[in-house]
Amino acid sequence: MSSQRSPFFNVDWLTILIYLALCTIGWFNIHAAVYDEEHRSLVDLSTQYGKQFIYILSSLLIALIILLLDARFFSALAPPFYVVTMLLLILVLVIGRNVGGNQAWIPLGGGFRLQPSEFAKFTTCLLLARYLSGTNISISDPQSFFTAAGIILFPMILIILQPDAGSTLVFCSLIFVLYREGLSPYFLIFIALSITLFVLALLMNQWYLVGGVTLLTGLLVFFNLRNRKFVTNMVVGLVLSLVFIFAIKPIYYNVLKTHQRARIDEILGITTDLKGIGYNVNQSKIAIGSGQLWGKGYLQGTQTKYSFVPEQSTDFIFCTIGEEWGFAGSLVVLGLYLFLLLRVIKIAERQHMPFSRIYGYGVASIIFFHVVINIAMTIGLMPVIGIPLPFISYGGSSLWSFTILVFILLKLDSNRTGYSY
Amino acid sequence: MNSFFERRYIIAGIFITIVLVLLARLFYIQIVDDRYLLYAEKNVIRKTILYPARGPILDRNGKVLVQNEPVYDIMVVPKQVLPFDTAEFCSLIGIDKEGFDKRFTKAKKHSPYLASIFEKQLSVEFYRTLQERLSDFPGFFGQLRSVRTYPDSSAAQFLGFIGEANDKDIKRSNGYYRLGDYVGISGVEKAYESTLRGQRGVQNQMVDSRNVAKGRYANGAFDTVAVAGERLISSLDSRIQRLGEKLMQNKVGSIVAIEPSTGEILCFVSSPTYDPNLLVGRQRGNNVAKLYKDPYKPSFIRPIGAYYPPGSSFKPLSALIALEKGIITPQTTFFCNGGYQAGGHFVRCTHHHGNTNLTLAIAGSCNAYFDNVFNKLINSNGAKQTSATYTDWKARVNQFGFGVKLDIDMPNEGRGYVPPALRYDNTYGVNHWRANTIISLAIGQGELLATPLQLANIECTIANHGYYYKPHLIKAIGDKNVIKDEFTKRNYVGIDAQYFEPVIDGMQSVVEYGTGHGSKIPGIVMCGKTGTAQNPHGKNHSLFVAFAPRDNPKIAIAVVVENSGDGGTWAAPIASFIVEKYLRDTITRRSSGIYPEYYMNANLLPSLGNKPKPKLAKPDSLKQQQGQPATDTTKKIELKSAGRKKTKKANNPYIAYQSKRRENE
Repeated sequence: MSSQRSPFFNVDWLTILIYLALCTIGWFNIHAAVYDEEHRSLVDLSTQYGKQFIYILSSLLIALIILLLDARFFSALAPPFYVVTMLLLILVLVIGRNVGGNQAWIPLGGGFRLQPSEFAKFTTCLLLARYLSGTNISISDPQSFFTAAGIILFPMILIILQPDAGSTLVFCSLIFVLYREGLSPYFLIFIALSITLFVLALLMNQWYLVGGVTLLTGLLVFFNLRNRKFVTNMVVGLVLSLVFIFAIKPIYYNVLKTHQRARIDEILGITTDLKGIGYNVNQSKIAIGSGQLWGKGYLQGTQTKYSFVPEQSTDFIFCTIGEEWGFAGSLVVLGLYLFLLLRVIKIAERQHMPFSRIYGYGVASIIFFHVVINIAMTIGLMPVIGIPLPFISYGGSSLWSFTILVFILLKLDSNRTGYSY
Repeated sequence: MNSFFERRYIIAGIFITIVLVLLARLFYIQIVDDRYLLYAEKNVIRKTILYPARGPILDRNGKVLVQNEPVYDIMVVPKQVLPFDTAEFCSLIGIDKEGFDKRFTKAKKHSPYLASIFEKQLSVEFYRTLQERLSDFPGFFGQLRSVRTYPDSSAAQFLGFIGEANDKDIKRSNGYYRLGDYVGISGVEKAYESTLRGQRGVQNQMVDSRNVAKGRYANGAFDTVAVAGERLISSLDSRIQRLGEKLMQNKVGSIVAIEPSTGEILCFVSSPTYDPNLLVGRQRGNNVAKLYKDPYKPSFIRPIGAYYPPGSSFKPLSALIALEKGIITPQTTFFCNGGYQAGGHFVRCTHHHGNTNLTLAIAGSCNAYFDNVFNKLINSNGAKQTSATYTDWKARVNQFGFGVKLDIDMPNEGRGYVPPALRYDNTYGVNHWRANTIISLAIGQGELLATPLQLANIECTIANHGYYYKPHLIKAIGDKNVIKDEFTKRNYVGIDAQYFEPVIDGMQSVVEYGTGHGSKIPGIVMCGKTGTAQNPHGKNHSLFVAFAPRDNPKIAIAVVVENSGDGGTWAAPIASFIVEKYLRDTITRRSSGIYPEYYMNANLLPSLGNKPKPKLAKPDSLKQQQGQPATDTTKKIELKSAGRKKTKKANNPYIAYQSKRRENE
């Protein structure tokens, strides 16, 4: 019965529409970013926008193939997919091509190359979904928790060896998935507190910070003296915080690489070096800021056209959008992303199968993380972390990986009623 | 199974919140904060200032006195400079590392984004060898400028010079001038700055991040073209200017010649002078320093800044006022027994002139005659009215432009000095001074001080029989012939025309057979008057004022030669050569046997050796220029003549113009 169904039966066309819109926006902006007088055609294969056109076409082909496959295929093959990508991640450390300081690429010949870390994202999602949807698995059970954490951490370790800090951090976003499946909210609070303490410890005198934290805890304890458990938790939290505060500076200066530290210093305003480490972000801010409300118009961005912003077709593609389309364009793009994210959550929540739901949250988390980190970086809210803007940034591996990520979900979704009878 | 369902809202809430934070930030930098638009323009637009050619200055016959020569300035935009081989760059433009650092720091201090001048005024040939290499050094580029060049090397003080605008100029111009712009600093260059400078243009060029030009911004919609400065036709006659400078070389002094029928200044020599070309080009700084250190102060504009007692050259004016007031008639005679007894002091005359009338008195420069006239004049309302009568006399002298500014079209003009009655009140006490107290004024001594320009202007007035035109340096701007209405207005001095003839008779006699007879020009009737200003440190200052020809005068002249002797020996011959050159374009043989070369070769520079400093120094232009308290010997003379032994408080009648060194030189 199901074999007679059209592959597009029950497919969520709204998501596909957003997907296509974002791909098109990306293609035009790549054209604007690398535009020069000699190569005017949008499909000139010697240029990045020409290649991106090919990537988009091939992504559509991949999407079609995914929609033609059986939905059960993904659940069943999640472990082998995971293993293969992990092997590729190990392989890339051996035979990989070093581009921009990261040994992240496997050359395929013909100028094309593959970035296994991009594909690790969806295979990790798949395996995580498969594991967590298993019977008798509860995230509050320590063994289940550590297995799930292991599934996420393993690719992170392999990727940090490249060392591609940006792609590594992407996997952290899967905390949302774990949270949705029952992880204690304290984890989220803990992470938020850690980040706050980290920033504060770098910005202010650590003794003031110690005093502040102690005072705050003291007040909270004082007003909740009857709640014994709360008091205990707070005291433990205080001790951990103090240890953390004193550990931050040594860790910061010994573990992080010089350029990473410099980027963080720059974003926190500890140092200002607009010619050196702060150049990219400053130029990027100038590009976006100079777009004003309606932007300078297509192909009229001086910051992008005259290459003041580096990496404008990949990590800093949002500069072109901000400069040439202004706040209006930025609003549209961010709106599309937010709409997509909420749509993905809606899709995930309407699944009968936990596997599909968990996978759906994985998709949302990963896209969310990419969008936020990438755009925040271009407007100077985050240190420079080199990760692409989904569907828009130039690059085949990234586009294919996001296409696969989204379309597996769409396939699962189109089949959401498939097994109920 | 689907527990924790409500957590979807928390996750969605986190997503929405963070996206809103991003949007808020975008709203701020894109819409609220306008700085980024400015930064983007600064990034991409390179404003090239198009400097207009500064207007040339010609002499009255169309000969070029100043014109422009192209040079290149090396500019730097510190923000665009990338690391490079400093040593190579330094050797390329010929500076050392230290100089490089100094220049670069200065440029950075000015602005990291705007172009500053890095090295100035490279010649066209030098720049050509450099041009191709310059593209290896992003942030540096050459900018075409022009500098002044003086084909004649003359009239330095008249033309003045230009220099970089200093902070004060920039402030005063309300931002018109910018660091590195040139602005007239003295002379005509300063007085006619707004005419000469023209109008700057600007070209907006777009550049990429490597500073490579990418075409014009907005298709040149915001570009403006440079409009060249207008051509100035000065009133100077370069023939006599050059002759005057030659005659005055190795002497301290001035020559001012004016065309009486227009007030146009024909000759404006300030000696010692300098070659104006020295103040142009890369060596300018050194040369300026040398110029200011020169003990003879060549940068001092003596014709309008140096003060001299007019001495006997004042006598015609003295006579004119007495004639107008009816004190004397041309026939009035006084007896000269070789001097004049003023109270207890005897004012000597050079000769025993015997019975002297006006013409003879001027011809022979009889002190006794003029002392008698002055005495009679000041006492004409009774001795008790001395102060009031004197004040009236002073006002009449001022009418001639003596003791007041003539408002010549050039900065830093001195006003000279005619003492007010108050000055004598302070010195001797109210009503305790009489005609004989101030008798030295009668013969142009005493506290009287005039600039050479004022002396020449008095001659114009006499030549015109009672009026003068405001002396000016510029005849025409571009095609405009009348540049200011005030230059065509007659300034009457309040002396009836009929009184001039007898005085002019006397002045003619001066040259025919009087104190200036050695300077008689064959075939030209020149009317003049010698003057000798006494100088206790050395030889007297020699003065001569004249106009010629007597009928329909074409030129009025004042010559001052410091430390040279009598008026007839130096100043008069020099004046006669200039007058003849101007009227006849050649210098004929003189019956007295004088010839220009003798005067050109004479060295009359005062020795600046270690002479004991005199207690009362003679006002000469060197002292004035140094700004020393210019105590004047004339006081001493006058004191003696008055026969009073009263100590006077140091009271400086004139504030000598001091040419200050500009801070940015």
